[in-house]
Amino acid sequence: MTAVAEPTHDTSQVPAPEGSVTITMKILRFNPEVDSEPHWESYDVPALPTDRVLNVLMSIKNYVDGTLSFRRSCAHGICGSDAMQINGINRLACKVLVKDLLEKEGKQTTVSIAPIKGLPTMKDLYVDMEPFFEAYRAVKPYLIAYGNEPTRERIQSAADRERFDDTTKCILCAACTSSCPVYWNDGSYFGPAAIVNAHRFIFDSRDEGAEERLDILNDAEGVWRCRTTFNCTDACPRGIQVTKAIQEVKRALLFKRV
Amino acid sequence: MSTEPLALAKPRAPRRPAARRSNFELYSWLFMRISGLALIVLVLGHLLIMNILDGGVHRINFGFVAGRWASPFWQFWDLAMLWLAEIHGGNGLRTIIDDYARKDTTRFWLKIVLYVAMAIILFVGTLVIFTFDPNIHS
Repeated sequence: MTAVAEPTHDTSQVPAPEGSVTITMKILRFNPEVDSEPHWESYDVPALPTDRVLNVLMSIKNYVDGTLSFRRSCAHGICGSDAMQINGINRLACKVLVKDLLEKEGKQTTVSIAPIKGLPTMKDLYVDMEPFFEAYRAVKPYLIAYGNEPTRERIQSAADRERFDDTTKCILCAACTSSCPVYWNDGSYFGPAAIVNAHRFIFDSRDEGAEERLDILNDAEGVWRCRTTFNCTDACPRGIQVTKAIQEVKRALLFKRV
Repeated sequence: MSTEPLALAKPRAPRRPAARRSNFELYSWLFMRISGLALIVLVLGHLLIMNILDGGVHRINFGFVAGRWASPFWQFWDLAMLWLAEIHGGNGLRTIIDDYARKDTTRFWLKIVLYVAMAIILFVGTLVIFTFDPNIHS
């Protein structure tokens, strides 16, 4: 990136409610129709300490530059649309509060926002999720059962349910996969999210496809590429112990026992 | 930005090559753990004997090495250290090459260089340990 002064923007139209502080939002912008590579742009905008980062992005989009592109849907940490790098760490913009990013009294707060890494950026914070979902589909994330359909519900004990409880929480936001250094370098690695979703079915007592999934994850691009750096566990907005889940899959492969 | 047809049309169609049903990655992962543990003992023991115990590095000469290799125990120790360290390091480099090489041809040639270097070092090292002649001067 060349050392060009970051363009300044007229942010006078952004409403500044009582109690708001002005923070600098440094956003990695990229417009494929104009730019050859991404560049940083800064926006000095008022924000309430109780605002989420997503609110600040929305006010930039609504009042300063309508071309700012990012995904968001539910804005409550459920849909998993707005994963992005906030101050260098993968987070959901709708779950990070401005007050947690504020500098000490008197210092200007700068929040840097970049798209998640390892997936092709299509515009601004908006990335192509297809490689991520391709890996997800490849681990067969659906119930596989053979034999006759039971005429009633597939019953499961609370203890059996507990084994994969953690990995059912995944919202497929890609924060873990795009925080993984192996995934950055090698896009064909399944990535933590796909392994988490395989784990959810491998350890489900009602499912009979554990062997096929373990075979898939035993391959060159499977769990053995994991370096146990714990980036994924740190990044997960749902608090899933991702690295632990990957280790459980490794153990199942090693001892041939689910 | 792929120009392929939308994947939603056939969501379950596999686009990766089918699993090769090979346990190679499993065994190489396991080997790294086991050899790593063994090397802690072998290498630290080696360093202790060579550099710290009575006189340390100053007493090492041809005679000292000849004396140690007269015993099959130290021959085996050094052989185990050579093979484990070489394969452990080589396998680590293999993963690093897989991670960082950007083109398949680069990856291929770097691995060829790595494997040839490993083979030469293992061959020469093993040859020396087994054919070492303490009476080379006479």
